[in-house]
Amino acid sequence: MNRARSNRRRSPHHWSESLRRRLSPRTWLLRHAQVAFDSLGRLYRSWVSSLMTTAVLGIALAMPTGMYLLLDNLDRLSGSWDGQASLSVFLKAGVAETAAATLAGQVRSWPEIAEVTLITPAEALEEFGQHSGFADVLGALDENPLPVVLLVTPGPGHSDPQSAGALLQKFRALPETELAQLDLQWVQRLAAMLDIARRSVMVIGALLALAVLLVVGNTIRLEIQNRREEIVVTKLIGATNSFIRRPFLYSGIWYGVLGAGVAWLIVEISFWLLAGPVQHLAGLYQSNFALQTLPLQLLLLLLGSGIVLGLLGSWLAVGRHLSAIEPS
Amino acid sequence: MIRFDNVSKRYPGGFEALTNISLELEDGAMAFLTGHSGAGKSTLLKLIAIIERATRGQVFVDGQNVSRIRRRRIPFIRRKIGFIFQNHHLLFDRTVFDNVALPLIIAGYRHQEVGRRARAALDKVGLLSKERLYPITLSGGEQQRVGIARAVVNKPLLLLADEPTGNLDPELSREIMDLFALFNQVGVTVLIASHDIALIEQLDYPVITLDHGRLLHTVRASA
Repeated sequence: MNRARSNRRRSPHHWSESLRRRLSPRTWLLRHAQVAFDSLGRLYRSWVSSLMTTAVLGIALAMPTGMYLLLDNLDRLSGSWDGQASLSVFLKAGVAETAAATLAGQVRSWPEIAEVTLITPAEALEEFGQHSGFADVLGALDENPLPVVLLVTPGPGHSDPQSAGALLQKFRALPETELAQLDLQWVQRLAAMLDIARRSVMVIGALLALAVLLVVGNTIRLEIQNRREEIVVTKLIGATNSFIRRPFLYSGIWYGVLGAGVAWLIVEISFWLLAGPVQHLAGLYQSNFALQTLPLQLLLLLLGSGIVLGLLGSWLAVGRHLSAIEPS
Repeated sequence: MIRFDNVSKRYPGGFEALTNISLELEDGAMAFLTGHSGAGKSTLLKLIAIIERATRGQVFVDGQNVSRIRRRRIPFIRRKIGFIFQNHHLLFDRTVFDNVALPLIIAGYRHQEVGRRARAALDKVGLLSKERLYPITLSGGEQQRVGIARAVVNKPLLLLADEPTGNLDPELSREIMDLFALFNQVGVTVLIASHDIALIEQLDYPVITLDHGRLLHTVRASA
């Protein structure tokens, strides 16, 4: 027993001896690069199954990316109105332009008002004629059917939905008012819908991220089983767990990178297919809106997610299955 | 180099493979381990390589009590041991060179060092000309020699061989044994499990005989 203990005390020396031969930083980097390259070569050698796995990962990653990008585009579309609440107050047909101007002056002095623009029936008719292409038809009318309109912009601190709503009520109560409406409403509704859609994308994205994790995990698990013999032999030769783990982790990373690449291709191609029809539709609305494809930031995020998910998936598989393989 | 103190090994299920074994193999010694099949030869080797753990007693390898060693330290003990198997355990998707270089890569040698040492080991077993071939294209004797080159490439303190000549004809077996003797001459401790009595008797080395998990006589093998 005594001798055993003295032997134990000797052991730290032995460990440091084996540790001293640990790699220099340069050799370490070289070794990692080698393993990474080797793992990629392995994927290439069984390229059919690698391709199928990568395609599944690509589709799973492309779905949330594409949906996010679509929402981002819609957001950009609605963004130009966002926060600029304005009220259109249509006055009764009997209100003369001079009376309307007086009213505008009064309203302008309200504390919650930033600006009031008066649009005379003549101005409105001209604008309508320009935009609708009905100028000729309108010219045939005996008299201008359009009312005087006050375009009201609430002041800072009064453009939130609640204050704007209160202001709307105030205008509706005026005797001169025929109709008052909040132009923000549809923007708000769109924003609310976008919020729901965004939340849905997050849920779907989380589920698909889990799918990526499981697909990579399962692929690596199969790989570990296929290389069982090799793992046993390397363990017998004195390989540490981290040495054995390394090629599998790199495989996971490669799957993530390749999956992200495929996802990028899918998104780019889909948006390229969508670009034409969208431009046509935007043209119909006299807008020069064009779909924006993956910006660099999102591309990096996609790549990063792929790498993290691939690494995590292989880590889970390796942690669960590698320790079970011991020489016997 | 190897010391067993009253070691017993009982497998789950109750089968006692080794009973109360005490033996010592000094640094630089070479010995044969023999006995009928099922006598416990493989179990004894597995205890040294920490593939199995002793149920009772203690096993020392190079002064370290390996029956109590922590799992994550096992690889560093194994790097001191060159293990040769009856069925070679070569990796068939790699060249002869890559097989032999593996222990060096695991131990973290530099690139040039890996090439130099692996070729030296292949040269020693007479297979330098076949370094680019895949093991499947080699004969049984050649495969075994690749296994030996892989076991010695790391300059281990201890060589363990489990029936290294099991599948070879007498002439090849003799060649393999001569190779072990050669390594022993440069200071490597060698322990060979074999039931090839005829071959063992030709060579003048201590013999450790196991019978149903018991040592037939107390053994102290010195260099």
